[in-house]
Amino acid sequence: MTTTDDTIFREICGLVARFAPAGVQLRPETELASDLNVDSVAAMDLVMEIEDKYEIDIPINQLADMRSLGDLVELVRQQLKDR
Amino acid sequence: MDIFDKYAQIAGRHDKVLELGTDPFGVRLDEILSATEARIDGRRTILVGTNNYLGLTFDEAAIEAAVEAVRTQGTGTTGSRIANGTYALHRQLEAEFAQFLGRRSCMVFTTGYQANLGMIVGLAGPRDVIYLDADSHASIYDGCRLSGAKVVRFRHNDPEDLDRRLARQQEGEAALVIVEGLYSMLGDVAPIAEFAEVKRKHGAWLMVDEAHSFGVFGERGRGVAEAQGVEEDVDFVVGTFSKSLGGIGGFGASSHPRFDVLRYCSRPYMFTASPNPASIASVRAALVRIDREPGLRGQIWGNARQLHEGLAGLGFDLCSPMSPVIAVKMPDEGTAVWAWNRLLELGVYVNLAVPPGTPNGVCLLRCSVSAAHRSKQIEEVLGRFGQLAQELAAARA
Repeated sequence: MTTTDDTIFREICGLVARFAPAGVQLRPETELASDLNVDSVAAMDLVMEIEDKYEIDIPINQLADMRSLGDLVELVRQQLKDR
Repeated sequence: MDIFDKYAQIAGRHDKVLELGTDPFGVRLDEILSATEARIDGRRTILVGTNNYLGLTFDEAAIEAAVEAVRTQGTGTTGSRIANGTYALHRQLEAEFAQFLGRRSCMVFTTGYQANLGMIVGLAGPRDVIYLDADSHASIYDGCRLSGAKVVRFRHNDPEDLDRRLARQQEGEAALVIVEGLYSMLGDVAPIAEFAEVKRKHGAWLMVDEAHSFGVFGERGRGVAEAQGVEEDVDFVVGTFSKSLGGIGGFGASSHPRFDVLRYCSRPYMFTASPNPASIASVRAALVRIDREPGLRGQIWGNARQLHEGLAGLGFDLCSPMSPVIAVKMPDEGTAVWAWNRLLELGVYVNLAVPPGTPNGVCLLRCSVSAAHRSKQIEEVLGRFGQLAQELAAARA
């Protein structure tokens, strides 16, 4: 990850931390559904918070392939680049 | 790998629900006694979760019209609207609906679900953007996905959030905003007038799904947009026949001069069998009754007030101000399933609603009242909710 990605990752971890069960460390490969129990609706709500933070829109069509925190960071990075 | 492995988690959750009693998602109504009562597990049960808002499922004129249609035109059309499935009845209903709604044109669909699919897929394509309220019905989400459009969610009932998101829209994209009149889970109403202001500011198109509000809101029963005096700002209106109209099917209507292009461009309209003659005939009769009998709305709002005030008085946590949909919040899924079973044992059927089918992860006992409920029935329902409240309090103590 680049420095910018590291910053985005840290900021997103701050938003995701409330989902993390005790003992689960947040890493780019941490899976939202299986590791953090974030279901499809919770994932869409989480994305909404992220959209507000960065003033971007992440179309929900792009969430189908999102599995890990790293995928989420990449989505944000892409939207920031396209802005 | 078993092809059903992907459902292991949800199947496990369903098994836990079954351990607490009846399957809430597979209730069997053995005998339909009236618009408001049925026999379930041998018990006479008051139905308070049917969306039969005006109680027209046993309307005599609608039944006679359906019987006459099935005798004279058969059990089914065996064809799609673009082939042999357009009968004079379909066209008559479309003309009557367009007139009732004050729209230039109306299209009839086979179900309410397909009405949303057909309208959204027809209106939005891969080069367009759909802005949808986060609490939208599954049929709206599915239509959005099928359309191939870029789909952006905005916060529920939040015109300012929509405004911010539309401001970020790229040039050259058509924007379709989708909201519902009355939201089916929590029973809250959309501020359509404020949404209309935002859509005008950004040059977007506005579609309103009046599935749960048609027949109930507005002076003539046309829905929440009529009640808020902003029908002219609504470009496309969608609705269903399976609630206030007591049948099955759905409609989409608009005054856009090119609207009828959807008849040969919207695949969910084109590639399915058209509604059977009996369904269309009963809906025509029900529409006449809605048009001629505004007193039905007085009855349903009276019943809504009685149930809402009664449940609030019993100390239940209600999700929204009074409307025909009254959602009682439960603290967790286990309590919700237990309470739902207890009500059924006491002879009251309500809907159990749990995540992900509900917003914000809430668990609900969802009630919907009907104009056909008698005041005494609502009193009985409240009495049984009162017993439930005592048992829940005892369990907490």
